[in-house]
Amino acid sequence: MSPREAVRVALQALAANRLRSALTTLGVLIGVMSVVLLVAIGQGARSEITSAIEGLGSNLLFVLPGDGDFGSGPTRSRFVLDDVERIDQRLPGAQRRTAGSTVGAETLQVDGERVSASVQAVTASYPDVLNRELARGQLFTESDVVTSRRTAVLGASVAEELFARQDPIGRQVSIGGVQFRVTGVLTRIGGDGSPFGPDQDRTALVPITTGQRLFGVDRLDSIFVRASSTAAVDADREVIRAALGERLDEDEFSVVSQDEIIGVVGDILAILTGVLAAIAGISLLVGGVGVSNIMLVSVSERTREIGLRKALGARTRDITAQFLLEAVALTALGGLIGLGLGIGGSHLVAAFAPVPAEVTWWSVALALGTSVAVGLVFGVLPARRAGKLDPVEALRRD
Amino acid sequence: MSDPVLLTADAVERVYRLGRDIEVPALRGVSFAVDRGEYVAIVGSSGSGKSTLLNLLGVLDRPTSGQVRYDGRDVREMGDTDLAALRNRRIGFVFQSFHLLPRLTAVDNVALPLIYRPGTPRSRRDAAVRALTQVGLADRLEHRPTELSGGQQQRVAIARALVTDPALILADEPTGNLDSVTGLDIMTLLEQLQSERGTALVVITHEHQIAQRAQRTIELRDGLVVSEAPA
Repeated sequence: MSPREAVRVALQALAANRLRSALTTLGVLIGVMSVVLLVAIGQGARSEITSAIEGLGSNLLFVLPGDGDFGSGPTRSRFVLDDVERIDQRLPGAQRRTAGSTVGAETLQVDGERVSASVQAVTASYPDVLNRELARGQLFTESDVVTSRRTAVLGASVAEELFARQDPIGRQVSIGGVQFRVTGVLTRIGGDGSPFGPDQDRTALVPITTGQRLFGVDRLDSIFVRASSTAAVDADREVIRAALGERLDEDEFSVVSQDEIIGVVGDILAILTGVLAAIAGISLLVGGVGVSNIMLVSVSERTREIGLRKALGARTRDITAQFLLEAVALTALGGLIGLGLGIGGSHLVAAFAPVPAEVTWWSVALALGTSVAVGLVFGVLPARRAGKLDPVEALRRD
Repeated sequence: MSDPVLLTADAVERVYRLGRDIEVPALRGVSFAVDRGEYVAIVGSSGSGKSTLLNLLGVLDRPTSGQVRYDGRDVREMGDTDLAALRNRRIGFVFQSFHLLPRLTAVDNVALPLIYRPGTPRSRRDAAVRALTQVGLADRLEHRPTELSGGQQQRVAIARALVTDPALILADEPTGNLDSVTGLDIMTLLEQLQSERGTALVVITHEHQIAQRAQRTIELRDGLVVSEAPA
């Protein structure tokens, strides 16, 4: 039997039992759709986060408390404001390249309007080091920091919600019950508001000393250093280590580059995506078992047909090929429709949900390849059973 | 092809095993020959072993001992693939219950044996249309079995048997599911094909009336040939 003829016979048999074929293929369809969709969402999340981190600039170094091992528990920071000065003095160049921050959640209030925001107590160098720009007004100065002035720069979302269309510059805002004067508004960066991590526009910057008094702490949560170039990242890292090493033990702080953070975050999300794909893969497997089951029923129902075909000259391998092709046609069809729905669903998610979704070629190849393989693997048993039927017995069956 | 003998059965025995120790002999040493173009009836009551003999002559089964030879070749020495090819090329089956595939049209049912040999869909359809025309069903090409009468269904089955241009048509109680008038029509058609095309015809039946029409009758009883008589 020619391959073309075999395909025709298989499709004919499936078309004769449309409802059953459709239901059988549903399991594979859902499996493939899930694989494509879930991998697309995982991939989308990954590139979203990666680009958010990359937006900070490629030559940024983060000084974090603890030994940098993600497996260890939370560590209380032992950084103080002097450490920023200490690092800055050691780094080559005259420009200020080091910033420190301490973060707390506070309620901001103007007249009746209340907004919760992450209040970041920062050094005056913070906007330069972290590439944050002011849309209006100006930041506090070094002397504001020294004198603990109560001035604040608002994130775009906060300014909008508290002051609507009024100009917030020069107005008073209550932060955690203390009155601050607004001196500036940050440029909006979040755009749609990423679902991962806090909204970068729902924030307020205050002088570090003022903030520490507000929060009742004298530490810094983290220190940021902008290396003079990407090539200088490693050299600067050593300078920072040496500077902090004079005061702190080696396991009390760690210096990580943006690349390393992207690497770790990327790894975590890759594992997450893999787990999602594996779960979806299990449903594909269950779909395969369903195909196997229905093919066995089909073989037993069509015993007489098999006997007749053998009497008319079909070889064992013709019969086996016919049933195997039916199984593969079922799963491949399910795979194709599932792929279509998965890609469509990904676009839908990307359009309407805050979670981005990117269809990747490997998930498409994997899903289609797996669905064909599922048909082959789970079709073999019924197909072999059909091929081995004794024509005499098969023809006698009612 | 000068040898006039198409097939021979030589001391053929067929024993069925039921369970571990029970052996049921269905054929106990049957010998005869069928010439090319000959019309032979094999007659016997149920349990005489004629169905077993049909399976052996149709090479759907192999004898326990003895030989079945086609064109001088021993069936027992042929593999499953060779036997499938032998059935496809040399033998046309006509069954009591027609054995048509219900989801296929008449023309597709007739073309069925041709898909197991080389050829284009076009040539297969042409051959099937010719065969259906020959059995008088040129106006029923696209009908499905359920839309045809019993006699018409058996004609489709006969067309399917002759579409491969076989050396032998093996008919198993071809009139068993038909009324006597239609049965007679079917027998006449089979005999006409045998005489016009020179195809050997072996009819297996329990009706002596049908058997008498053949050139030669072989009577089976309890797995043995009890009489062999030219009509």
